[in-house]
Amino acid sequence: MFKYLPHTHADIEAMLDKIGVDSIDDLFSDIPAKLKDFELDVPHAHSELELIKHFKQLANMNKQLVPFMGAGAYDHYTPSIINHLINRQEFLTAYTPYQPEVSQGTLQYIFEYQSMITQLTGMEVSNASMYDGATATAEAMFMCTAIRRKQREILVSETMNPNIINVLKAYAEPQDIKLVMIPQDEGHTDLKALKEKINDNTAGVIVQTPNVYGIIEDYEGYSEVIQEKKALFVINQDPSTLSHLKTPAEYGADIAVGEAQSLGVPLSYGGPYIGYMATLKKHMRKMPGRICGVTKDQDGKRAYVLTLQAREQHIRREKANSNICSNQSLMALFVTIYLSTMGKSGLYEAQQTSFNHAHYLYDMLLKLPQFEAVFDRPFFKEFTLKCNIDTDVMNNKLQKHGFLGPLDQGLFNEKDKGLVTFAVTEKRSKEEMDSLIRILGAL
Amino acid sequence: MYYGHTIFEKSQEGRRGYSLPKSEIKEYKLDEKLKRQSCPKLPEVSEFDVVRHYTNVSFKNHGIETGFYPLGSCTMKYNPKINQDIAAMEGFSTIHPYQPVETTQGLLKIYYETQKILSNISGLDTYSLNPYAGAHGELIGLMIIKKFHKDNNDLKRTKIIVPDSAHGTNPASATVAGFESVEVKSNKDGTVNIEDLKKVVDDTTAGIMLTNPNTVGMFEKDILEIQKIIHEAGGLLYYDGANLNPILGMARPGDMGFDIMHINLHKTFSTPHGGGGPGSGPVGVTKRLKKYLPSPVVRKAGDLYLIDYKDEDSIGQISHFYGNMGVVIRAYAYLLTNGKERLPEIAKMSVLNANYVKESLKDVYKLPIEGICKHEFVFDGLKDESIDVRTLDIAKRLLDFDMHPPTVYFPLMFKETMMIEPVENESKQTIDHFIKIMRTIAKEAKKDPSILKNAPYNTPVRRLDEALAARKPIVSFKDYTDSLKED
Amino acid sequence: MKTPKALYYTESHEWVKVEDGHAYIGITDFAQSELGEVVFVELPEEGDEVSEGNEFATIESVKAASDINAPVNGVIIAVNEALEDSPELINEDPYENWIIKIELEDESQLENLLSAEDYEKLTK
Repeated sequence: MFKYLPHTHADIEAMLDKIGVDSIDDLFSDIPAKLKDFELDVPHAHSELELIKHFKQLANMNKQLVPFMGAGAYDHYTPSIINHLINRQEFLTAYTPYQPEVSQGTLQYIFEYQSMITQLTGMEVSNASMYDGATATAEAMFMCTAIRRKQREILVSETMNPNIINVLKAYAEPQDIKLVMIPQDEGHTDLKALKEKINDNTAGVIVQTPNVYGIIEDYEGYSEVIQEKKALFVINQDPSTLSHLKTPAEYGADIAVGEAQSLGVPLSYGGPYIGYMATLKKHMRKMPGRICGVTKDQDGKRAYVLTLQAREQHIRREKANSNICSNQSLMALFVTIYLSTMGKSGLYEAQQTSFNHAHYLYDMLLKLPQFEAVFDRPFFKEFTLKCNIDTDVMNNKLQKHGFLGPLDQGLFNEKDKGLVTFAVTEKRSKEEMDSLIRILGAL
Repeated sequence: MYYGHTIFEKSQEGRRGYSLPKSEIKEYKLDEKLKRQSCPKLPEVSEFDVVRHYTNVSFKNHGIETGFYPLGSCTMKYNPKINQDIAAMEGFSTIHPYQPVETTQGLLKIYYETQKILSNISGLDTYSLNPYAGAHGELIGLMIIKKFHKDNNDLKRTKIIVPDSAHGTNPASATVAGFESVEVKSNKDGTVNIEDLKKVVDDTTAGIMLTNPNTVGMFEKDILEIQKIIHEAGGLLYYDGANLNPILGMARPGDMGFDIMHINLHKTFSTPHGGGGPGSGPVGVTKRLKKYLPSPVVRKAGDLYLIDYKDEDSIGQISHFYGNMGVVIRAYAYLLTNGKERLPEIAKMSVLNANYVKESLKDVYKLPIEGICKHEFVFDGLKDESIDVRTLDIAKRLLDFDMHPPTVYFPLMFKETMMIEPVENESKQTIDHFIKIMRTIAKEAKKDPSILKNAPYNTPVRRLDEALAARKPIVSFKDYTDSLKED
Repeated sequence: MKTPKALYYTESHEWVKVEDGHAYIGITDFAQSELGEVVFVELPEEGDEVSEGNEFATIESVKAASDINAPVNGVIIAVNEALEDSPELINEDPYENWIIKIELEDESQLENLLSAEDYEKLTK
């Protein structure tokens, strides 16, 4: 007997009897003998005590550092109640809400999630989530080519996080979508270059703000250029900054996407995170993923249901624009509870603190001879400096003191060697920043 | 109705649910022209408001711990609690993905060891754990097929063969990966029709996508012949791991001749489905395809685990970081708990349960495919076809008995499909109860079909008007308040 | 099932009604009943060309999506915009509620289509 398998010998005998076979082996007689001839070479079964001990050892092999790095993953505060609520089995163990009568819980939080994402981005409709910010951006690219049909070229800003660009490249290749880079002007997507590159074959234009250097991009005048060619405007934006910054809708975007990890989701070594995607109603039927809508039940009671399902792979099969089925539903609940708990003022306050602290650190580091300013551009919680010392030496030193140092942009792009990008959230105290400044000043 | 409110309807101006430390740092000002014009309308609620709200929202869901959940093809097995505790350990949850590898050896070891175990269980060479879900894994697998043929300069291979009984994701993934999908007909028992396969295979075949056992739970007995036909034609075989549970430790896709496969960790390896994610869809390949796996790759050099980004042959990067590590940790814990000793038991008990349900109900429900099934099987509505009741009605009536219905109307091979997968964790007593209820429902159907047609009665809401939702989409709280104004 | 006599039909369940050299195209009663409650019609644009056997619109119901193919060649001179807001009109009267009106390119193509009688046999 085993704790996850309830069958007693008597049960097994009675069941075999009902089936009309003599042994369990008879249930596998359809598998050719040749295929059964192998030896499993996997670890032996662990008891719970052994398991915990083993994982404690594994956990201890990782060093918990205080991050001054972001680069797509941000160390924001997570209210304690979130984990208690998302671990309720009704949320945790259910599957996709195909039987809406017993899935109103999942459907309601998806509806609330969609409502919050549309509030943040200013867009009209959000889906129920995507795998991560990078794949959400790739799906936005497919939306552009699905809506424009004949146009197969996508313009991508060079100031985007290179990992997102890499994902776009991998997704574009099998469909022969052509990616054309828009160069930067001192750390900002170059509008002049956009005007030069955009043409009748352009299906969409994808940009990111704050960008890979932490710079807040200003898209005044972009949508006019893009609309003139009937192309779609896609803005990838860290949604936490939307407490303050001009929204994708205000800039005239057709699609807003991004990584919503910054809404309190733990770092967890890169996942699970959650991508978001929102668009205008006119593009809604080309949007991938699940969408929840309000309806009534037969007694007239308000209820929620997955809607516009005819877009999806299980109905459209080879004609679907996307193959996405499951997304990151539980992480959508995470974000929904985060935004409910922090609310209107909490999100603003946390982000304002991140903004203040980042600017404080920026000012203080520029007083040190080890650092120089590179861009004269506004930033939010992440900023880039020129570093006059060896970045490996610096980061090793910081690590010894328990800090995760800034991102070395040289790892992303050879031409950016010597540039480093710090991230500061509301979680970084003045003591931590002053300690960082002292260590760096002594190098 | 009070508890049915949305969080927005509970909002009161000025209320707060959070606390943040006071900062000694002065306030910096953001340039006015970069500021948004209006404030996002997020809820203003207290911490307790949030807790009570989402607790009540949760009551409107049926989870695995609520009751029986025989949803075919989804493998709704128990999600062990200990795996939740482990994944939440601070030594995992607080680690930044760009920390130097010397400071993340524990996580990298989990990644590496998990892929090694998955390789052994499936008979393939190496896995990437980067894909986020089953469908994502499929897409990555097909990208690998594409790259393989491209590298061989075999550019005319543009078609992926998919059985007509396959899940909709298979053809959809083929399209997204830039292929054309071609259907191969199934035999009456859902297995691939070899004669038809021979007809559709040619030098434009890039590969075939199969599940084994297939979507109706039958083992593809001719798999060795199928692999021969495809390989001799120069194509590759892709295994959709949705149905891996019943062959754990009993047979391996690699030995059947499959070149590439994905595994749904949230099905076979018990990680929580989460209401539809986060899942994880590791992709495994044979040795000759290893170089195409997505970037980055986790590798072991001596005693050190490393992350490699630049590999010319790779299909490239398909995730921002390394996949859903939190999900991988849970699956690794499950693999260790079961170990070599228990993995084959999982397969055996899941197959025993499925056959037992099938044999116990086939006198009242129509069994279109006779014979031993694997982990799941299908009924095609009630045996007595003179009764005017549809599978949908049976499914809705089951809800009144605190049971989640089987998968309905999939696969499309039969008109009234009901696909039942009673996983290995379910005891004979639970299953006997399900059998009893299914018999009760069949009796009700004969006595008075309207009992079923008006079901469910005891659920948080009753049958919904789906057409209303699709014709006039109300997809945000703002839409909802606007619609009230219109009325 | 209604199958008006004066119309031409296709095996993929579209109908054609000819009036003064123009043709109206819609879907049959049988098609609407198979689809169930229609929730959305994706319409083409005026001026688009349609060609025999190729899709020009998509009709969605709650659980299905169906491509609508052109029975004959031509250029679209009008689309039934009422369907944008009230897709259910297709269910209410599939023959009154046409989808597109086209300028016929070649009237002889009509000879290849099914008569009401033949179509009725097909759907029996």
